[in-house]
Amino acid sequence: MDGLIQLDKRNNRPRFLSLWQIRLPITGVVSILHRISGVFMVLLLPFLIYLLQLSLSSPEGFEAARAMMTSWPLRLLGLLLLWIFVHHLLAGIRVLLIDMEWGSDLITARRTSWAVIIGTVLVVILIGAMLL
Amino acid sequence: MSHHHLTGLSAWLVQRLSAVFMLGYVAIVAVIATCQAEIDHQQWRNLMAQPLFAIATTMFFLAMLMHIWVGVRDVILDYAGHYPMLRLMLLALLGAWLIALGIWLIRIMTMVMT
Repeated sequence: MDGLIQLDKRNNRPRFLSLWQIRLPITGVVSILHRISGVFMVLLLPFLIYLLQLSLSSPEGFEAARAMMTSWPLRLLGLLLLWIFVHHLLAGIRVLLIDMEWGSDLITARRTSWAVIIGTVLVVILIGAMLL
Repeated sequence: MSHHHLTGLSAWLVQRLSAVFMLGYVAIVAVIATCQAEIDHQQWRNLMAQPLFAIATTMFFLAMLMHIWVGVRDVILDYAGHYPMLRLMLLALLGAWLIALGIWLIRIMTMVMT
């Protein structure tokens, strides 16, 4: 994109598409992470179902699943998944509150966005410390 | 797709209701996991086969698949909304994929129960 502001062909409204130049407000950051985290979990879902099946199939499968989950690459993946899951969950609670018309004003919306980010870090540290 | 199930207000409602159900399920499982010492395979299976927990888990899977349908459908409509053929293909793919995962999950639950 060299022309930063273009006219949208469909309705002649200006369109700004330099993603690296858009400074997303914190509410937008939480929102796009909500979406990315959801898609990421959907992509990982077959593997998680496979792990569930393996762990339930037999004592050997259970041990194999345990060994897999406690290997270092998967521990890191698990930590990332935990982060993504907690973010999605907290951001989702925020959306539910906004649906109930709590926190839809800009100041509260910014505060709850920070609460989602910081709350996620705290929960991940807490659970991560318990698991590792 | 505008007359299909799970669009518009009902999609919004399904997304919220499934979210609330999953929230409650996750909270309960988190409490169980924290209270429980390390478990072995048999205990894990027994827990999953407990009728109340099995029903809640099956409902969780159902809620999750419906939640994914609404969420990923939103993503598809946002980025491919202006390309009807592509949109239709992606939605059909998503639907087939979720049904396949649903069958897989049902097979796991029936394996646990028998």
